[in-house]
Amino acid sequence: MNQLFAVLIDGIVYASWLFIIAVGLTLIYGVMKILNIAHGSLYALGAFTAVSFCSAWFNHNYAAAGSFAMLAAAAVVVGLIFGPLIERGLLRFMYGKDEVVLVLVTYALFLILEDVIKLVWGVDPLLVQGPNGETPYSVLGNFEASGLSYPYYNLVLVGVAVATGAALTWVLTRTRNGKLLIAVIHDREMSAAMGIDVGRTYFVTFTVGAMLAAVGGALTAPTVSVVTGMGAEVIVMAFAVVVIGGLGSLPGAALGAFIVGMVRAASIHYKPELELFSVYLVMAVVLIVRPKGLFSGAEVRKI
Amino acid sequence: MATILHAKGLNKSFGAVTAANDINVAVEQDSVVGLIGSNGAGKTTFINMVTGYLKPTTGSIHFEGRDITSLKPRQITQLGICRSFQIPQLYNTMTVAENLMVGVGIVASSGARWAKSNRLDVAPEQAVEAMLEQFGLGDYRNRQSGLLPEGTRKLLDIAMAMVVRPRILLLDEPTSGVSADEKFVLMDRVMAAVREGKVTVLFVEHDMEVVERYTHRILAFYEGRIIADGEPAKVLDDVEVRKYVIGEAH
Amino acid sequence: MKLDRTSIAIVVITVALLAAAPALPRWAMSLLNVSLCYGTVVLGMMLLMRTGLVSFGHGLYYCLGAYAAGTVDQMLKIPDMALMVLAGAAATGIVAAILGLLLARYRDIFFAMLSLAFSMILYGLLVKSSALGSTDGFNISAKSIFGIAVVDNAHRYATFGITVVLTMLSAFLLNRYLRSHRGRLAEAIRDNELRVEYMGASVRTTIHLHYVISAVLAGIGGALMAINIGHIDPEMTYWPQSGEFVFIAILSGTGNVFAPIGGALVFETIRSFAYEYSPNTWQMVLGITMLIVMIFLPGGLWSLLQRRKPA
Repeated sequence: MNQLFAVLIDGIVYASWLFIIAVGLTLIYGVMKILNIAHGSLYALGAFTAVSFCSAWFNHNYAAAGSFAMLAAAAVVVGLIFGPLIERGLLRFMYGKDEVVLVLVTYALFLILEDVIKLVWGVDPLLVQGPNGETPYSVLGNFEASGLSYPYYNLVLVGVAVATGAALTWVLTRTRNGKLLIAVIHDREMSAAMGIDVGRTYFVTFTVGAMLAAVGGALTAPTVSVVTGMGAEVIVMAFAVVVIGGLGSLPGAALGAFIVGMVRAASIHYKPELELFSVYLVMAVVLIVRPKGLFSGAEVRKI
Repeated sequence: MATILHAKGLNKSFGAVTAANDINVAVEQDSVVGLIGSNGAGKTTFINMVTGYLKPTTGSIHFEGRDITSLKPRQITQLGICRSFQIPQLYNTMTVAENLMVGVGIVASSGARWAKSNRLDVAPEQAVEAMLEQFGLGDYRNRQSGLLPEGTRKLLDIAMAMVVRPRILLLDEPTSGVSADEKFVLMDRVMAAVREGKVTVLFVEHDMEVVERYTHRILAFYEGRIIADGEPAKVLDDVEVRKYVIGEAH
Repeated sequence: MKLDRTSIAIVVITVALLAAAPALPRWAMSLLNVSLCYGTVVLGMMLLMRTGLVSFGHGLYYCLGAYAAGTVDQMLKIPDMALMVLAGAAATGIVAAILGLLLARYRDIFFAMLSLAFSMILYGLLVKSSALGSTDGFNISAKSIFGIAVVDNAHRYATFGITVVLTMLSAFLLNRYLRSHRGRLAEAIRDNELRVEYMGASVRTTIHLHYVISAVLAGIGGALMAINIGHIDPEMTYWPQSGEFVFIAILSGTGNVFAPIGGALVFETIRSFAYEYSPNTWQMVLGITMLIVMIFLPGGLWSLLQRRKPA
């Protein structure tokens, strides 16, 4: 019973983390039809920037609680710099190309950004930690549930995930801009013909998506040692999430994150040797049963 | 004359829309049949059912006495029914000769499932040359098909249907997108090739001049039904046809 | 048998390489070996790309081929090169025949993603398999070829010989295939599947066949690599490895079977220099090169050599 409870808690925390990362990926795909491999690099950039910002904060001996502001700042800075840079500098020249070509373009971008990270931050593992060992993690402390101890920090992840999902849903369904966005998703040419500025939509979407990747990275930074290659690891996991849910679907990303989160938590508790295997097995099985993911519309070809 | 294609009681609906409503047609060998009707009348649905792209909800289709209702497009092609497309379906990165060579290659390496009639009796290169000659595409031989003018693309599209040596050829709007002075040149070429190969033809066409000049028989479609069937002059003079088909087509 | 120019060139180069073996310095020989192993894998990628498919999980077969070879050595204790490669080809052929039943239904990014999922499944299994060395993998050492024991220099020449011969044989056969009626269907499928079906050929069967061929080529490449390097680990099926194969295929182009082999040689040469002089900008160079090739040379490096082709 206790173990089941632990699986549930771990699963939800892990699912929240996955959702934060995957939601930007699915948003960008949904609007721009780009499966962005460089999303992994943006995640890593968010993490490394968080290390730098937090270290600076701690080194000035400011209040440790303020390091959360540094995490947020890192995400915003990365999103606002790299989102526009990538979209305006590269992707806008590629619109209309084959989806596979676009994947390859973002793969090239991924390779470039991996080395940008190495050049700026070096190749040694880094920690979000002050000179006296203070971290955003330790500021919050732990709580007990069902005899097990959990860091409060995990609740932050859950909170951010829920807030992100709710905010995006609200924007898409309740605001004018969100409705325009949905029009672009359904029919790009028609939307352009009706006077919607598709270029601007893409620009904003990509920047928001990039920022969400960086949020994921910044929030992860305090919980792990930040190393090069972390982007490569996370992007395939995020692919699994969005592919399971259905590429481009917001509820799909949530469901995908929940499934992957639970599967992984269960395998860690019951059969740790199957951890990675189980996640990708689920991805393969879903693709086999529902080739376009769980939330996906039918497509028709006419001759 | 012998019946080569027989559609019996075909029905097809997409949700609330009925695209075929009790279609019964027997097509005689070596005849040229025109399918007319306004957009959405069920002509292309009929072609799609005969070539296996759509399965009828009820009813059956027989080719030379054999039930082909449940076969896939490729199996129907292998038996000897092929089609062209309203929007030319070409291998756009290849040259015109290569486009045809794909079909010749498929026939040349075809197995026992294929009908005897479409086996190759000459070398593949010769078969391609013959087809280029017959359709007047010789000058375009080494041109990339994706960059050709629309009329030439239409011609190549039909040549690609003929190259697998069918017994029945279905043409979906062969002259749409072709200029007025080119359309008879195109149809003359196609018809000459068809006569030489002893091929039965069904074609969907909006241009009544073309229909009148080349067909032996017309099927007029309206709302999924065949409302008139017979000799061209008689069908084109029919009251309902004049009202529902010609009235809208022009 | 009438041979085309490419076939003749393959035969000539094979003979030349084998004849030159005693004169080759060690570094050149190992550079060639690694390039040829990669080249074999990318030959398979080339066939898939001609068919219009990009696999982001071909590391699966590269790794599987290597582990099959390793199993022959470690578990069965028969460290024979020929048997190792045979095991690699057989294992990948069987797995691809099964997975191909599924994958032949997929296109575009869904094909790429499902391939990726399968390769990561193998990765997930291998990193937790302590019997196979988990993340460290294990060492293997071939000691004979066709039952003839080889040591020291003989071992070196035997390794080089089998690598050259098998890669060139693969290229030779693939070249013949691509020029056959069935081989030509690859590009037809890439251009217009609907028309291929309406011409009476099965798209799915052809894709399945091409998938199996490409997997076996990757398996042979992986087994050869295992023999050459003497070490295998799960990184071989980690997605960046698959990405590397995609990279070389894009860089090379699909115009001719020499393209993947030449592309692999260029890639490995640059890599060995970059590792030496600038290890932290190596991937950046790759990424920028890839963008440049994709934007300015969609036909890959091979298209540079092809300009003299008559119109």
